[in-house]
Parts: sequence; structure tokens; C-alpha cells
Amino acid sequence: MTLLERDREAPSAWKGSLPVTSRYTYGLAGERFFRALKDEGKILASYCPKCDHTYVPAVNFCERCLSELTEWQDAGLVGVLHTYTLLFVDFEGQPLDEPELIGFISFGDGGIIHKLDANPDELEIGMPMKAVLKPQKERSGSILDIRCFQPVNK
Amino acid sequence: MGMRKVAVIGAGMTKFVRRALETPKELSWEAAKMALDSCELTMDDVDGVCFGTAPDAFDGVHMNGEYCSDGAGAWNKPFMRCFVGGGTGVFVPIQGWYHVASGLFDVVLVVAEEKMSSYYPHAQAAFLTIFDHTTERPLKPNLLWIFALEMNRYMTTYGIRKEDIARVSVQHKRNAANHPCALLGEANITVEDVLNSEVLAWPVQRFDVSPVSDGAVALVLAAEHVAKRLTDKPVWIEGVGWHLDTAYWTNRDLAYPRYVEYAAKMAYDMAGIKEPRKEIHIAEPYDPFDYKALHHLEGLQLAERGKAIELYLSGAAAPDGDLPICPSGGLLGVGNPIAAAGLMKVAELFWQLRSEAGARQVPGQPRRGLAQAWGDLMQVGTVIVMGR
Amino acid sequence: MTSRINHFPGTSLNEQDFADGKVLFVHDALKAEYAWDTGIAIGTYLAGLKRGVILGAHCRHCRKTVVPPRTVCEWCFRPMSEYIPLQDTGTVNTFSLCYVTWDVRRIKEPEIPAVITLDGASQLGPASLFMGGIMHKLGEVNPEQVHIGMRVKAVWKPEKEREGAITDILYFKPLPKEEA
Repeated sequence: MTLLERDREAPSAWKGSLPVTSRYTYGLAGERFFRALKDEGKILASYCPKCDHTYVPAVNFCERCLSELTEWQDAGLVGVLHTYTLLFVDFEGQPLDEPELIGFISFGDGGIIHKLDANPDELEIGMPMKAVLKPQKERSGSILDIRCFQPVNK
Repeated sequence: MGMRKVAVIGAGMTKFVRRALETPKELSWEAAKMALDSCELTMDDVDGVCFGTAPDAFDGVHMNGEYCSDGAGAWNKPFMRCFVGGGTGVFVPIQGWYHVASGLFDVVLVVAEEKMSSYYPHAQAAFLTIFDHTTERPLKPNLLWIFALEMNRYMTTYGIRKEDIARVSVQHKRNAANHPCALLGEANITVEDVLNSEVLAWPVQRFDVSPVSDGAVALVLAAEHVAKRLTDKPVWIEGVGWHLDTAYWTNRDLAYPRYVEYAAKMAYDMAGIKEPRKEIHIAEPYDPFDYKALHHLEGLQLAERGKAIELYLSGAAAPDGDLPICPSGGLLGVGNPIAAAGLMKVAELFWQLRSEAGARQVPGQPRRGLAQAWGDLMQVGTVIVMGR
Repeated sequence: MTSRINHFPGTSLNEQDFADGKVLFVHDALKAEYAWDTGIAIGTYLAGLKRGVILGAHCRHCRKTVVPPRTVCEWCFRPMSEYIPLQDTGTVNTFSLCYVTWDVRRIKEPEIPAVITLDGASQLGPASLFMGGIMHKLGEVNPEQVHIGMRVKAVWKPEKEREGAITDILYFKPLPKEEA
């Protein structure tokens, strides 16, 4: 047998996984942003006066000039539909029972990716969309405290 | 070779802690901001950004370089993440150096970050992933194995006693007591404390090992004409070197780090150093384990094979000795957020050579220092020589 | 600069802060499952293990025999010349007594990982920077009596249970004195 010939007895693959389990802290800005969402039902923005740039979700430094951001504001619950997609497969490529709508709702100079509750035919890019929050006692300080976004006139 | 001179002109770092509240982005930002403020530059002055972080598994973020890029100041800049495992912390300033030495950029921001506590429950489990998936991982190896095996081989080859190796840990942890960012500075630790600590993987005991940590460090590098305009105390990067041995780690002589020797020779040649033991005044060899400092000092030609321990026994390695070793406190004392820990050593040289190291300042106004790191599956050596 | 800076950032937390709900956090796990192709050389190596043979690869140019086998010689960058069956005996190059599992659980009886230089593979010597060893575990031995230089032999799984894996060798045990 030559060295480059494959042994017929050889197992073709070795199966395994990478055991990576994580616990992520929310950090300086995340603490403030997600506690406001959980306790007050607010989506917060932070503003850099030097770069005239508004970050949503709020962050504690400006990525353009690295200044600390001290001007935090309530961004309201209504943003603008920047783009959306209708998903027919899940993340493993399996067909979904019901197609799922995902959108990018812009707030300030940033925005949030989330699920949409809407009839796909009614959606228009540029239309106002409102965050639907879970009731306060069910909120845990998570992006899922926002249940979804709906067209404002729904 | 037509290379430009490159200086370090600013440095910043976060505390090294066991569990940080800050996200990896935020740690990166804190260090980067501090480095820029220290030399009174802003992001407008920065031409490019180099970022270093070790395996993505620790921070738990795939493409951690891209994830941390906002905190590292990479927005709208040429940006590149480098990764050579534990060697990353000393490789990332080398990467910054060639960006500037080549004439490509005048000012480069260099940032290294690690948030190991994100791996939960214990970061050490992530190291399983560095072993070969088919021929080694089925044996359920533990990172400690590889170090314990190397330490045993090193001790046995040269007849070095554990109680002597413990002196390294004691010296570094005592040095770290004067570092404001240190996680494990212990002014009063003794050899007995090390020898009485829990046996993890004989011959490795708890206090032979550096702690899992979170933190970030940043440097500002500048070309000569910029550095001279901005500071009257530039610290020049005089030599850099890096080298690789076989990744089949069981096919190597574990008693001697040849890859460090070759990396050091590359750096010494560039710096014009003929007799390293006389021409290097301060050394920060990589010390995730106490024996590793000895192992590396030998590879760095700062001691003969099997003789590095004599630097500690004679007092030469102490802050007031003639070759202070890890005056920062090293990974054993300051902490080991992997990539950040390597860059911390380079920052220490910067502070020491400018006589700005506060309570850790070594006497005699050292003129030249060396920092080294090592990584991947124990086969990468990275070396930087700096002088004023 | 440290002498000119009074405040260093970085906020330290302890486990109690998590338990007490003082900080927000989220758990997640990377879903990373693989079927790694064994390839030519490692596939052959695993097939050999199933038959009870440890295979190395030999480079005629460098006169080196390496294990695990590979298709390319790292030193001269030519294809390896041939597979060579090695002995299942060898010498302990180094070892540890490990009281912690890979996921950091404490154990009373130590595991004994070792690098074993196999008979038939190239040996580390003054003329060679190379050593033909593999990582495995030692068994059937009093931990206190393990030493570098100890002669050992593979203990194989019964043939029917072998699957073509490094774990087809259960561990290496000391060779009796007369065979050492």
C-alpha cells in the first residue's frame, strides 16, 4: 500500500463537539439599557455631541471618537422599518411550520433586529413600527422583553 | 533594510480581575482610551488599529476581533486581528511595529483583550479544544497535562528542585503587590505557601499557576518623526522576532524551548545585541507557570540551559538585582487574561524604561528591556526588545 | 505612566453578585458539532489501532520516523515515504499525576498522562531535535513509582471492542523488569 492510498478499514470521520458554554455579563452600558427596558419599559439611546451620532441600543462610548457617552435619552418605542425579511427555514435550514418575519427597526443612527407581528403584504420600508413589550412582571432584562414590533396603525 | 524607527509613546490598561462587569468591547475601550489620553492623541490621529485576542472560546464570541472592534477604535480604520494563542500579546505590538516600520502608517493603536470569565463554569475546559480532535481529545486531556508534562521533563532533565522553582512564583507575586492592576499581588507570600498549595497535576500546584482573568491593555505606536514631536521620552522598538516549532508537541524536546531561542535571535540581530545577558537590563519572560519563566529565560539566552533558577537564587532576578525579571509581577502576579497579559509585559517595559513605574520602578534607569510570550500548542515564541 | 495615573478602570465582580441578582447576565452554549474527516494518514493510523498496531510514517530523506503518521514531512516538505509499524512498547519521556479532570472536577486517584517515546520511532538525542512520542495515559501502576525513563507497554481493548480510536489503547503499563 502506498502512503497516499486510503486504508479501506479507516474510519472516514471522527465525531465530536466543542464544549463551549458561556455566561455573558451585560457590561456597563448593558446594565443601564436592559434595566431601563425591564423596569421602565424604555428603549434608551446614548448621544455623542462631538460626532452628532445617536446609538441605539445605548452604548457607553462612541466608537468614532472613543469619548465616554454621558447623554442618555429615551428613544421612545416607535422606530422606522429599515428593512425586513420573511423566513421560511430555521437556523439549521429546516422548513418552518409558519414563515417568520424579521425586521430591522431603526432608532436614531442605530436600531434593533427583532421579530415582526404583521401581515407581510402590509409592510412597507419606511413605515413606523412600535415595540410590543411583555407585561412588566414577565420582563427579565432581555431583548426578549420586547415581544415584537408591529405597524403603529395596527 | 529600509525600515523606519518605531516608538511606543502611550500605554493604558484595565485592572486584571477574576470576573469583570465590563463586556470585552468595554474593556478594550477602557484600555484604548487610556492609552490615547496618556499621549494626548485622539482617534483622528490614528492611522490603523491592531487587535489581539486568544481563542474565541474564552470570550464566547466568534470573530472576537470584529466584536471588539468598536472598543478598540477600529471604526473606519484599517484593522486587523492577530492570533497566535498565548503568544498573541507580544505579537500584536510586532504587527503594529511592521505597520509603522514599513512606512504604511505613522500612528497605530495596538489593543489586546481577554475576558476568560465568560467561559462558564470554568475557562480551563475551553482548552480541551486546543488538543487534536481525533488523536488526543478522546483521552479527555486537561490543559494542565501539557504544562505538568513539560515541567516534569524540564525539572528532571536538569535536576531542578520544586522548592527552587517556587521562588519564581514568590518573586513575581511579591512584585505584583506594587502593581495597581494586579489580581494576585502578595507581598508576604513564601515558598512554603507555594509548596503547600493544592496539587493540581503534579508537579504543578495551585500557586505555580497564573490565574484566569479578565482585562485589556493598549499601546500607541508612532513613527520617529511623530514620536519626537509628541514626547521627549519615546521608547523605541529595537528588535522583534517570532518563530514556530512543530505543532506535534509530543515530537519535541520539552525541556528546551527552541522556538523561543530562534525568536530571540531574530530580535537580537535586529537590535544589534551580541551578549543578551549584558545588554538586556530588564526582562519580562512569559510566566503563565513558574517553571515557564525559567524555561523561557534559557531560550532567550539570558541563562544557560538548566541554570535560569540561579538568577532567582542569587537575587539577580529581584527588582534591585542586575537583571530584574518580571518587575510587573508577571502573569503569576498581575493575572493572565491571555492576549492582554502579554501586552501588559510590553506596557511594563514602556513604563520602566521611562522611569514611570511608580512603586515597581527598578533602580539604575534601565536602558533596554525585553518581553516575550509563547503560545499556540506550546510552539510559538514571540519576542520584542525595546530601549530608550 | 502608572505613576501618573491614579485610577484604573475595570469592575470586579464575585460569584455572590450573580447569585444576588446584582448584575444582569445570560447563559448560552455554542452549538458546535463536527464530523472531522480523518484524512489519509490519521485514517490509516486509526485503522491500524483497530488491528492492534501503532503506525508511524517514515521520511527517507530525513531518516525520521514520526508518530502519529502524516503525509508530509515538516522538515523537508516532501511526501512521507511509507508507513512503518512501531512496537507497542516505549519509554516514559515525561508524566504527570493529575488530580483535576478536563472540566475542573477534583479526583482522588490521579490520572497519569504521559508522553511515551515509542520503540521504532525516532528518538530524541544529541543529533536529533526530534522525538517520536505520543500522549497517552499510564495504568496498572502505583503513581509513586512512575518515573521518567520507565519502560511501558500498551494495554489494548479486546479486539471486538476496538473502534479505530486512540482509546483502543486503554493505557500503557510498566513492562516487567525482565522485558524492560
